[in-house]
Amino acid sequence: MTPTAHDASPGAGGAGAADGTSGTGAADDTAGPGGTDSASTTDTGGRTVALVKPPPPGGSSPPPAASATPSTPAAPGVPRSAGASRRLPRARASLLTLGLAAGVVVAALLAAGIGAYDIPIGDVVGSLLHRVGLGGAPLDRVGESVLWNVRLPRVVLAMLVGASLGCAGSLMQGVFGNPLAEPGVIGVSAGAAVGAVASIAFGLTFLGNWTLIVCAFVTGLITVLVVYLLSRAGGRTEVVTLILTGVAVNAFAMALIGLAIFFADNAQITQITFWQLGSLSQATWPKVLAVLPCALAGLLLAPLYARKLDLLSLGERQARHLGVDVERLRIVLVLVVALLTAAAVAVSGIVAFVGLLVPHLLRMAAGPGHRFLVPGSALAGALVLLVADLAARTLAQPAELPLGVLTALVGSPFFFWLLRRTRRKQGGWA
Amino acid sequence: MIRDLLAPLRSLRRPPLPPTAAPPGTTVAGVRGLRVRLGGRAVLDGADLAVTSGRVLALVGPNGAGKSTLLAALAADLVPEAGGVEIDGRPSSHWSSAELALRRAVLPQSAALAFPFTVGEVVAMGRAPWAGTPWEDEDEEAVAEAMALTEVTEFAGRPFSALSGGERARVALARALAQRTSLLLLDEPTAALDLRHQELVLRLCRRRAADGAAVVVVLHDLGLAAAYADRAAVVADGRIAADGPPQEVFTPGLLSQVYGQPVEVVAHPRTGARLVLPVRG
Repeated sequence: MTPTAHDASPGAGGAGAADGTSGTGAADDTAGPGGTDSASTTDTGGRTVALVKPPPPGGSSPPPAASATPSTPAAPGVPRSAGASRRLPRARASLLTLGLAAGVVVAALLAAGIGAYDIPIGDVVGSLLHRVGLGGAPLDRVGESVLWNVRLPRVVLAMLVGASLGCAGSLMQGVFGNPLAEPGVIGVSAGAAVGAVASIAFGLTFLGNWTLIVCAFVTGLITVLVVYLLSRAGGRTEVVTLILTGVAVNAFAMALIGLAIFFADNAQITQITFWQLGSLSQATWPKVLAVLPCALAGLLLAPLYARKLDLLSLGERQARHLGVDVERLRIVLVLVVALLTAAAVAVSGIVAFVGLLVPHLLRMAAGPGHRFLVPGSALAGALVLLVADLAARTLAQPAELPLGVLTALVGSPFFFWLLRRTRRKQGGWA
Repeated sequence: MIRDLLAPLRSLRRPPLPPTAAPPGTTVAGVRGLRVRLGGRAVLDGADLAVTSGRVLALVGPNGAGKSTLLAALAADLVPEAGGVEIDGRPSSHWSSAELALRRAVLPQSAALAFPFTVGEVVAMGRAPWAGTPWEDEDEEAVAEAMALTEVTEFAGRPFSALSGGERARVALARALAQRTSLLLLDEPTAALDLRHQELVLRLCRRRAADGAAVVVVLHDLGLAAAYADRAAVVADGRIAADGPPQEVFTPGLLSQVYGQPVEVVAHPRTGARLVLPVRG
C-alpha cells in the first residue's frame, strides 16, 4: 500500500490530467477539414485521366516479371495507394502517435513522482537512469523503496491494463463492425470477472500466480464466443441486439459472481470486494509479471490484423472477396480480445468504457483506419488509465477513489451520447 | 489455435499463386449442374453456365429467379449442394481466399460500411489482394484510374457514408475495378444509377471485356442487356432458360413466358437496335 498521508496537492493531479490531454488536443488541431484533401486528389485524378491506358485485367495479361520490380512487401502501416488524399491522415496519425507516446512518458513520470510521498520528477528520472546503469543517482532509502516497490509497479500495471483495454475495444469494434462494442458493455469483462472471482472463492492455486488470470481468460473467452454467436444475424451485429445481449450476459455473470461470493468465506469475500472495485492499489511486481505475457501477446498480435479489419468494415462477404479468410480472422481476434480483457480484468477488476471512449476519440482525430487505430488505442488507453489512476489516488485524498468508479463516471455519459448519436443516424432502432 | 496465430507468417512464406493469362474466348469460370438450397428452398437446380474471357455476359430474369445466387456461386461465396463451380481451371474450393481475390472481383447489390472511411480509402481497399505481390506497384494507378472511370474522383476525400445511394454504388464499382481481376462479377450495378451513369457503367463493362476480362453482370433492364451484352442468360426457376446472343434470346415468346407479362420486342426506328417493352393497355 501507499504511505498513508496523501499530501500532494490536488492541483498536481489536475496538472497531470491537463498534460495528458494536451497531447491529443494539439494533434487534433492539425486535423484540417477535408478541403485541402479533395483539392489534391482532384489533381491526381486529372493526371490519371490524361494517361489512361487500357487496364490490364490481371488474368489476361499478368505483367511480365521484368516489368515488375520485385516488391518489398508493403510495410504494414503504409498504404501505397490513392496518393495525396491518404497522405494527410497518415501524417496526422504519425503526429498523433508521437504526441500520445510523449504523453504516456510524461504521465508515467508524473504518476511515479506524485503521491503521499512526493518525489520530484528529476529524482525519478535520476533513479531510473541509475538502475539501468546510465548515470543518475539513487534516492534515499525510503524514496527508493516507495518509487520501486509501490509507484512503479502501479504505473506499469496502469499502462498494461489501459493498453489492453484500449486495444481490446478497437479490435472488438472492428470484429463486430459496430462502434458500440466494448468488453465492459457487452459483458466480456464481467465474464472474465466470473473466472477471477471463482478462482478466489474456491481458493484455486493450481497454476500459482497465474491461476487467477488463466481462469479469467477461460471464462472471458467463453463469454466473447457466446456474445458473438448470440448477437450476430446475417453476418452483421445490430446495435440493439448487441446491447441487449450485453445486458443479459452481464446479468448472468453478476449472478454467477454472487453465487461464488455466497460460497466464499469472510477473508475471501474481503479479497473479492477489493478486487471488484477496480483498483490498482494492490500493484506489485509479481502481479505485473503475471499479466505481462497475456497483455504483451495480445498487444503484439493485434496490429498484424489491422489491414484485414479495414476490409472487414465492408462486410463479411466483401472482405472475403478481397481475400480475407474471415472465419480465421474472427477466431484469432476473439482469442486476442479474450487475452487482453483477461489481462486487464485479472489485475484491476472491471474498468469499463476505456475501450469504448479511446478508439472513438482516435477515430474522430485520425480516421477509422485500423493500422493506426489498433496500436494507437493501446497507447491512448495507457495514457488514459495512467491519468485516471493518478486522479483516483490524488483527487479524494487521503482516501482513494476506486478506478472503475471513476472511469464509469466519465464513460457512462459518453456512452449515452454515443447511443443517441447512433440512433439519430439510423433513424430509430426499430 | 497456434496455427491460426502463426498464419500471417505462413502466408508470407508461401505467396498465393498468381493468375494465369487467358486469351479472349476461353472459359475462365463456370458452373455445371449447380444446385443451391437456401432456407430449405432450391434456389438453383441444375444450372449450367460458362463464362468466357473478353465477353460481357448479362444475367437477366424475374425477381427471385436465382440470378444473385448464381453470381454468388461464381464468386465462390457459397457451397453448392450439388454440382461444381470452376474458376480459372480449378474447382473453386481448391483456391484459397487470397488466390480467389486475385482472380475475381465482385460488386454486391448493396454497399455498407461499418466505419467512416473516405471514398479514396474504400477504393484503395480493392487493391488489398495485391499487397505483397509484384503488382502492388500498380496500386496507386489502378485506384486513380478506377475512380476516374466511375467519375468519383471528386469525392475522394469525402466519407463514404456521406454519399447518396448512386454515388455509393459507383464507389463500390470503382473498388471492384481497382482490383483488376480477369473475372468481374457485378450484381445489379445499374440499380441505383441515373440514365447517364447506367450507360457509363455498361460502357465500362464493354471496355473491360475488350481488354480481355470476363464480365458477368446481373441486369433488370433488358434494353441495356440487349445493347451491351455479347451474351445473355435468362435465369428462371433456378435454371438457365436460354443462353445466347441477346438478339436470339430476347424473343417475345420466351420473355413473356419467363416474366409472366406480355412483352414485345421492336426495332429502334433509327438504329434498328432491339427494344424490349412490356405490352401496355
